[in-house]
Amino acid sequence: MRSEHLSNRPAQLAELRIRATRIRDFALKMAAVQGQGYVGQALGVADVLAVAYFAALVYRPADPSWDGRDRFLLSIGHYAIALYAALIEAGVLPQSEIETYGADDSRLPMSGMAHYTPGMEITGGSLGHGLPIAIGMCLGLKRKASNSFVYVLLSDGELNEGATWEAAMSASHWKLGNLIAIVDVNNQQADGPSSTTLGFEPLSDKWRAFGWWVARVDGNDMDAVLSAFDAARALPDAMPRIILCDTLMGKGVPFLEARDKTHFIRIEPEEWAKAIADLHAGAAE
Amino acid sequence: MALTFQPLSGNALADMAQQNRIDTARMFKAAGNGHFGSCYSCADIVTVLYFATLRIDPTNPDWPDRDRFLLSKGHAAPTLYSALIRRGFIPEDWIAEYETHVGARLMTHPSRRYQAGVDASLGSLGHGLSIGVGMALAARLDHKDYMTYVLMGDGEINEGSVWEAAMAAAKYGLGNLVGIIDNNGLCVDGRTDDVMPMGSLVDKWLSFGWEVSRVDGHDLNALLQVLAPRRLMGHDRPHMVIADTVKGKGVSFMEDVRSWHSDSISNTQYAMAMAELGALQ
Amino acid sequence: MTRLRTSAMIASLAADGQKVTTAPFGHTLARLAETRSDIVGMTADLGKYTDLHIFAESHPDRFYQMGMAEQLLMASAAGMAREGFTPFVTTYAVFAARRAYDFIYMAIAEDRLNVKIACALPGLTTGYGPSHQGTDDLAIFRAIPGLVVIDPCDAVDVEQATEAAANHVGPVYMRLLRGHVPRVLDDFAGRFEIGKARLLRDGADVLFISTGILTMRVLEAATALSGDRIDAGVLHMPTVKPLDLAAITAALQRPGRLIIVAENHTTPGGFGEAVLAQAALHGGAAPMRQIALPDAFLDAGALPTLHDRYGISTKTIVERVKAWL
Repeated sequence: MRSEHLSNRPAQLAELRIRATRIRDFALKMAAVQGQGYVGQALGVADVLAVAYFAALVYRPADPSWDGRDRFLLSIGHYAIALYAALIEAGVLPQSEIETYGADDSRLPMSGMAHYTPGMEITGGSLGHGLPIAIGMCLGLKRKASNSFVYVLLSDGELNEGATWEAAMSASHWKLGNLIAIVDVNNQQADGPSSTTLGFEPLSDKWRAFGWWVARVDGNDMDAVLSAFDAARALPDAMPRIILCDTLMGKGVPFLEARDKTHFIRIEPEEWAKAIADLHAGAAE
Repeated sequence: MALTFQPLSGNALADMAQQNRIDTARMFKAAGNGHFGSCYSCADIVTVLYFATLRIDPTNPDWPDRDRFLLSKGHAAPTLYSALIRRGFIPEDWIAEYETHVGARLMTHPSRRYQAGVDASLGSLGHGLSIGVGMALAARLDHKDYMTYVLMGDGEINEGSVWEAAMAAAKYGLGNLVGIIDNNGLCVDGRTDDVMPMGSLVDKWLSFGWEVSRVDGHDLNALLQVLAPRRLMGHDRPHMVIADTVKGKGVSFMEDVRSWHSDSISNTQYAMAMAELGALQ
Repeated sequence: MTRLRTSAMIASLAADGQKVTTAPFGHTLARLAETRSDIVGMTADLGKYTDLHIFAESHPDRFYQMGMAEQLLMASAAGMAREGFTPFVTTYAVFAARRAYDFIYMAIAEDRLNVKIACALPGLTTGYGPSHQGTDDLAIFRAIPGLVVIDPCDAVDVEQATEAAANHVGPVYMRLLRGHVPRVLDDFAGRFEIGKARLLRDGADVLFISTGILTMRVLEAATALSGDRIDAGVLHMPTVKPLDLAAITAALQRPGRLIIVAENHTTPGGFGEAVLAQAALHGGAAPMRQIALPDAFLDAGALPTLHDRYGISTKTIVERVKAWL
């Protein structure tokens, strides 16, 4: 649901920060259940998801497949824990399911899958699928004369995939003004920093050269993220839009922010409670 | 041999480019049809490479120090076959058997199984640049100074695999890799700009970290300059040469006509084409 | 002797004077789309060579040219299907099977989306060599759970299978015969149904169990063999997955005849192996033989020559059957 604070930006930002903290809290609690999870990514992208779900997307929490909704595609299936947390905060999923995360027969599997979870539009996980699927959904929505937007969340590592660039060419060819891509640029891939895995800079230049409207922001600066989403939605041009969000893995929990960064942040069993406590202590400051 | 070969220039180079078109027409005549348009747009590029640029040795086609050439647009194979014939890699009398029967040594797409001097079997578009990245990395590993040239079609740039290779080449600073785009503006289903417009090709390759040159793909002197190997010059960025070309170049009734991407040729058309190309019949 | 030309083969599989239909897929799809507003057509720069240009001409607003980008083609079709449309996507079999496999497996099939993939140049139907010969597609696509895999025999099968695919709820892979396609099945009772075998003729000495264009070939072989007083039947199985297991089991119950499986595909993982597995699990003691392409990268060249060389022409089938009896 879009925030009701459009005329009062400080109040809106304050609300979004509270939402982001709760998203982080849910993600940590889910990861604690399993003793593992892509919690570093979830903490990093929580501010972006707060803006997406509480200042951008149109949806009905009680009716996740309502045809008039904006679509939110999670291309990066391993970020499912982050999206579950946002969907819980949004009221699409009940908070009581946190306990089931990653368990047998849960609706919340470790990697996001469309037919398991309400609000999960696609089965991500095989990276490089999200943007090309979004192209088809945007074309389909245009055929239906729908005003809905398609948001698709990618990772920086995913930009290695040629399929992402096939879709990038296609989106500008079809003048998809109903497409908003978001890239979580955290510079961490499975084998190490993205910049040494397969360098992707200059990122803005690449997308501009492929015919996209581009914004690049600090993805943990709520004000900047909100402005970028607002600008992307308001743009009158018939062109695809992309918001490149530089984020910090582990954001909000200082000892995790400082921990050696890998794709998978290791957390010891006794650290979960401290992580949650530190999160709330930091948010209260 | 390779080191004593006198590179062609001026009129001799221009004549060789026409000879390439004539040989190609003879092959297609033998087969009954062929990709005229796609061959003629890149005939000048391939001629410059084989007769002025590449360090190659017909007596030793697998010479480890040879410059590599990958015809990623494999459907333009006759253009390559002509160059291989005129440089002495394979005999001229193979022309007559082009595609004429199973077991003919010259078929629609180049294959390492059949022809000496062919560096990879190609024909599935989008493979060449990635293979070239591997060859260029291997050169560095072997401390060899050979260059790797990859010739692609403009429609081929639609393939995501091309952009995967583009990122990798920039990451590894492959100054020994040269890509060439035969930018003739037509592909199977229509104008490249209608099928999937490429916008600014120059900006795209620049943003992917390549050095970019844009050149008239039928200006032999310009091609000579831009394709010259830089093995001693310490360049650390891969180089993309965007060659603006005309499909069917050299035969007036084929120029920029989509159906000549691949078509059959009548006896009359064949005679007209050969006359325009200055062939003795 | 006339030398055959490579280029001759891409045009048609039809023998001289054989009844043909031009572009059966394209015309059928265009007709279906007149009453089915959910049907859209998508291609990767091969509309012209998959007969989808017929659809593009009759329904230009529902035709999507996705460029030479097969991964995008498949995933964007998945997106279209998610929005309630029924995309028919076309390319060559090699590109769908080899380049876009993960996208078909995960983006389309895993969520049982309503995408119909129709691919030209299946098996050995071009002399262009391995880059264009889709001799491994049945093995590859049989491995996808829930994907319907169809190998039509002729223009009649193509027309009826296109309609069946449009009506089926879920993903379909169909091998496509394009251009001037022979018509053979007009002369037989019954029609194409997904998952159903058709006994086109019965035989006491030999039963061919065949799919795709090999059904056309074994029908011709059966006629030729009858001249030698060999009574050969033909069980046509245009649906490779799901296989009509009941029809196979029933055919195997009859004693005293040679069973020959036949397909336009290499031996590993193809139709023949699927039938042979069913026979091993449930069959009787009937002797069995296989006609298929060898496990090899095939030559380039003229199609009739290659069909002779690899044993899938009518002449070579007749010779092999006589040798086996």
